[in-house]
Amino acid sequence: MDFATILQILDSTVRLATPLLLACLAGLFSERSGIFDIGLEGKILISAFFSAALAVITGSVWIGLLAGIASSMVLAGIHGLASITFRGNQLISGVAINFLAAGLTVLVAEAWFRQGGRTPALTGDARFAPIEWPLSGVIDGIPVIGPIYSELVSGHTILVYVALLAVVASWYVLFRTRFGLRLRAVGENPAAVDTAGISVVRMRYTAVAICGLLTGLAGAYLATGLAAGFVKDMSAGRGFIALAALIFSKWRPWPALWACLLFGFLEAVGNRYQNIDIAGFILPVQFMQALPYILTVVILAGFVGRAIPPRAGGEPYVKER
Amino acid sequence: MQKMPAWVDVVVIPLISLTIAFILSGLVILAIGENPVDAVRVMVTGALGSTYGWGYTLYYATNFMFTGLAFAVAFHAGLFNIGGEGQALLGGLGVALAALFIPWPHWTIALLGAMAAGALFGAAWAAVPAYLQAKRGSHIVITTIMFNLIGAALLNYMLVNILRPTGQMDPASANFPPATHLPTLQEMFSAFGLTLFRGAPANVTLFVAILACVLVWLLIWRTRLGFEIRALGHSEPAAIYAGISPVKITMIAMLISGGLAGLMAINNVMGEAERLVLNSVEGAGFIGIAVALMGRSHPFGIFLAAILFGFLYQGGAELSLWTSVPRELIIVIQALVILFTGALDNMVRMPLERIFVAMNRKSGPDAATQRKPAE
Repeated sequence: MDFATILQILDSTVRLATPLLLACLAGLFSERSGIFDIGLEGKILISAFFSAALAVITGSVWIGLLAGIASSMVLAGIHGLASITFRGNQLISGVAINFLAAGLTVLVAEAWFRQGGRTPALTGDARFAPIEWPLSGVIDGIPVIGPIYSELVSGHTILVYVALLAVVASWYVLFRTRFGLRLRAVGENPAAVDTAGISVVRMRYTAVAICGLLTGLAGAYLATGLAAGFVKDMSAGRGFIALAALIFSKWRPWPALWACLLFGFLEAVGNRYQNIDIAGFILPVQFMQALPYILTVVILAGFVGRAIPPRAGGEPYVKER
Repeated sequence: MQKMPAWVDVVVIPLISLTIAFILSGLVILAIGENPVDAVRVMVTGALGSTYGWGYTLYYATNFMFTGLAFAVAFHAGLFNIGGEGQALLGGLGVALAALFIPWPHWTIALLGAMAAGALFGAAWAAVPAYLQAKRGSHIVITTIMFNLIGAALLNYMLVNILRPTGQMDPASANFPPATHLPTLQEMFSAFGLTLFRGAPANVTLFVAILACVLVWLLIWRTRLGFEIRALGHSEPAAIYAGISPVKITMIAMLISGGLAGLMAINNVMGEAERLVLNSVEGAGFIGIAVALMGRSHPFGIFLAAILFGFLYQGGAELSLWTSVPRELIIVIQALVILFTGALDNMVRMPLERIFVAMNRKSGPDAATQRKPAE
């Protein structure tokens, strides 16, 4: 394996980690506020469709992005309605949202485009273009640093950088602001927050809305940055890998970045090499695909650093009367 | 104090939720430019208008009975087993291995052997998440989701690399030997020159599924184990206080649940495809959740809900055949049913409760106390 190959794999690692990272941070906000969300997958999918569809129709990727975020926030709103206002089962609601997205996207895609549940391919301004940083190409001649700069740092679409900034922002908001303290408190002990005169319902709705916004970005990146258009079931389990990364990172923003990069790396390696031969023992491609899930189960089993979810997660809050 | 009579909880609320889900589905059909009335007509004639349609409806219903029961048993113990899909997938592997590599003399014995293998593999796939939940406190929802995905990868590997006969392109196992062929409803009920259920895949496993409904009912409401399962589901501290071991009951409930999901494979793998193909479960594991929620986790309710979903599946297939409504419509309907009968249950329940409380108040405290013993 030469340097150029390694660089290519790392480059696609960053690309593939981006939707995971955005979705993982989305789950972070929701679950830190005490709302379990196994509907990340569905929200990514619906945003992927509506961002691609509106980008095709209007020719502008920005309108597509807004449409994707809006659609994902509508699903987040349904999840909030079910799990906050009507105090329903958050898991059941998440399952329903995943199905709703899986069905609606194909149904609407068929009705609008009649191409077997996909959108037409996006071109030109309907896609996010890579951003070339200053000096990329110029300093290519410098060994090691030059190619790293122009391949790995420069040349991604804007949402990749947004995702990285979102890590910093999430960390700051959650751990350095009053809002973040309250949000985390609502997920640990909502009664205490309520006693302090802060609305639990409003905090949780805010968290769910942020979750919708971030999954919207994840889906839009998937369809308009990573790929060029929507295809049926294109989220392909990324919402669940994001969930796995969330557990892996123990509900913290910076570890979430490393977890998503790790899972992105596994996907990049799996895409490049079908079967990996390690000293005569062949690792099948299916094993690489399943590795994020296997790692998550190992982490969940608590053999390598125990992951403890927010204490009030999954429980609807009933105000005392 | 009971706010509402039991029949409201069991019959009225699910029916209202279902009605809302169907009305919204109708609006979805309108929104994509089709006529909902025509769609319903196509679905009803396609799924219920002939014994052929019924043969498909009952075939799907058989799948959903197994996965619905699987979800319900775990749900009674307070466990959210979202892994029915993976357990049914692994059950398929068990059934395929049993059918391919054991020379069965007759289908009856083959069925029993395949049932054992399917249930065993399904239960084994549920065992790890169950153990992690019981002993290590890992959330069973996440572990079962992970096991669904790991199971899909494992099956992909088995089919592509091991079970696929040499020279065959598509990732599927070899055809099962003829001795394992299960009689279809057509073979069982066609007599005197009259052909019923022609070409439909419904087979003898329908009766196994109905038997499973009866047995699960007996288990949950007529045995000590069933009582312990329900006790754990209602309150873990109370169950511990009563001397019930949560670890033991969690394990047993999940093993039964996984076993039931694995049993589904005798219908789709052994009865219909007669070989193991990729994605043989086709989402039936998840539909089990909807079926169990609709049926209020009661075997009779599950039986009815499974037939309803069987109708939706067959009707949806007919719809995509004759109109331009894609098959995915049933996924939307399914999502709405899960949403309204499961997650948004309180949306229907809260106003109804208010109505009944108001009615009780109006009829006076005397009437309320008089009614009490009758309930």
